[in-house]
Amino acid sequence: MQYLFIILIFTLTTVTAYAQDITFHGFVQGNLSARITGEETPDSSEGGDYLSGDQRLRGEITGSAESAAFTLRADLVHDSVSDEDKIDIREGYIDYRTDNYDLRAGRQIITWGAGDLLFINDTYPKNYSALFSGQPLEYLKVGSDAIKLSIYSDKISADLVVIPFFEPYQLPDSKRFFLYSPMTITGINTPREEIENSEIALRLYRQLGRFDTSIYLYRGFFKIPGMKPLSLTEAELFYPQLAVYGFSMQGAFAQGVLSIEGGYYDSLDDRNGNDPTISNSSAKYILGYSKQFWTDFTAGVQYYGEYMQDYNNYEVSLPAGFPKSDKIHQLITLRLTQMLKYNTLRLGLFTFYSPDEEDYFVIPEARYNITDSLWTSIGVNIFGGKDTRTFFGQLDKNDNLFATLRYEF
Amino acid sequence: MKIYLKLLLLVFLTVAINPTLLHAEDAADIIKKSQDAFFAQGKDMKARVKMTLLSKSGQQRLRELTMLRKNGAGDEQKYFMYFHNPGDVRGTSFMVYKYPGKDDDRWIFIPAINLVNRIAAKDSRSSFVGSDFTYEDVSGRDVEADTHKYVKEETIQGKPCHVIESTPKSPTEYTKKLSWVDKTTYLPLKDEYYDVQGSLYKVFTADKIDTIGGFPTITKRSMANIKSGHKTEVVFDNIAYNVGLGDDVFSERYLRKPAEKWIK
Repeated sequence: MQYLFIILIFTLTTVTAYAQDITFHGFVQGNLSARITGEETPDSSEGGDYLSGDQRLRGEITGSAESAAFTLRADLVHDSVSDEDKIDIREGYIDYRTDNYDLRAGRQIITWGAGDLLFINDTYPKNYSALFSGQPLEYLKVGSDAIKLSIYSDKISADLVVIPFFEPYQLPDSKRFFLYSPMTITGINTPREEIENSEIALRLYRQLGRFDTSIYLYRGFFKIPGMKPLSLTEAELFYPQLAVYGFSMQGAFAQGVLSIEGGYYDSLDDRNGNDPTISNSSAKYILGYSKQFWTDFTAGVQYYGEYMQDYNNYEVSLPAGFPKSDKIHQLITLRLTQMLKYNTLRLGLFTFYSPDEEDYFVIPEARYNITDSLWTSIGVNIFGGKDTRTFFGQLDKNDNLFATLRYEF
Repeated sequence: MKIYLKLLLLVFLTVAINPTLLHAEDAADIIKKSQDAFFAQGKDMKARVKMTLLSKSGQQRLRELTMLRKNGAGDEQKYFMYFHNPGDVRGTSFMVYKYPGKDDDRWIFIPAINLVNRIAAKDSRSSFVGSDFTYEDVSGRDVEADTHKYVKEETIQGKPCHVIESTPKSPTEYTKKLSWVDKTTYLPLKDEYYDVQGSLYKVFTADKIDTIGGFPTITKRSMANIKSGHKTEVVFDNIAYNVGLGDDVFSERYLRKPAEKWIK
């Protein structure tokens, strides 16, 4: 850890000596999330009632000189649940800009697509345990150590992203969450750090009429692992190869905003769907619409579907005792937002509901800006479902109350 | 025939002696000219905008942003706003394509997750960043959205004004608006908003006018909510017209990473 500090300080002092327009900002934040179901995770060093208890000091430095710029956003974190200190480099990159193209190298958060908390063509790293334990929304997204080349023209623009180092989704783990797992996980097998294992993503985009239209291509790996049995009770996680071909459109429609996104998940290691440890290929789609119904009140709905290819092969190869997915997995989301008191008070509700898995995730949240630099939010994450083996159903015992207090400077 | 002539004469006399009717046709023109003078001077404009939100209890909140505007064909306009303060919106950019008679296209960029998203834009009467100003107060309202009537001539702040009454054609949070439009510059010096009960609840005032680049410009304005006691004061600094903003400034590229040259 110490060498990281030294490199950081050296880089910053060197760069800042040459750069103009240095800015420094940040925040101090406390975040706490407590399970309210009265249940405690068994046999766990991080067990108990708390899903998160973070104190963070964010430092954000930016600087620029001529056509180059840099940005560093880093959190010093004390995690009270595990009693650990760490540095969380959220982003740290260098930009080089010309008239027709930009280059960005380093850790960067990239967000693509038209979904609201639903992602198809955005395969970039995410932290779902942050979302499920009520950390501020920005912590759902995690930086990629990547090189991004953006090319601009009047006709069409492009982003090309190369990610040499694989970064899977951070899913809730059994140290803090109640989860369904049919087997004991004894190991995680991530793709080797080889050049041919680099993830490559391409986005081509332009305006089509009044719609922002994008085409996406991705080659890399599933970010949610497959499970390879090692014995009758033990298994290891691994990340099969994946290609995604997709598109998105977003624009004004019927006095609101219409969002459409689709993508084909090509399961490269299991194209015929015979391997039960690897997800089958599937077609995924989102249809969303949001509208302001009255002053400072907005509502948005989304319909999400996942159509599994080679469903017969999936049914035949699925081991006995494992929960079976439907051929079409669907989700309906609803977002309601009301701003009050000169936008200082925001009341929000976000819900996920799956009609086929009959499970749900509901997040009511209130946020109040006490002053310009101090805000607080309080909310509840409520999970449930008919079956404790579905995505949200397994989290049933993890309903939690969360609160955040942040001072920005 | 005689009756027609008499009627014609009657109409002529009524019009001649009643300035209200004489101006009936050009009330809408005056509002249009006023909107152009207020929201559309020059080919483009840049300014540093400081908003002070004052609550009845005396609490202050500040909003600081850079505003860029470019006029297009017809009455189309493009706006770009970059927020410098407060901290929770710092680095957020907001872009609007305005079309007369049609819903705007609006985008927002949220830097913490590097997200560009469309935002629903039907209600232009929503508060602009929590101030007493609405989106329309910042970028103009469709002239056709109201019926306009010439009320009288009146001198305020030592300046002769046209006083125009505007009534929304479809239900809006105000039922009537009176505007005092400077006869020389066509800038609105005062607006009074009346609610459903017919009582005055919001007042706009142009507090300072300077001539910049040849254009008379309101450099300080305020909007006071009489009923809630809340008030917003806005100062425009570093205003420049015809700076040569390209269309590319109003694109996703600059939404994600604004051109420093313009937003400083």
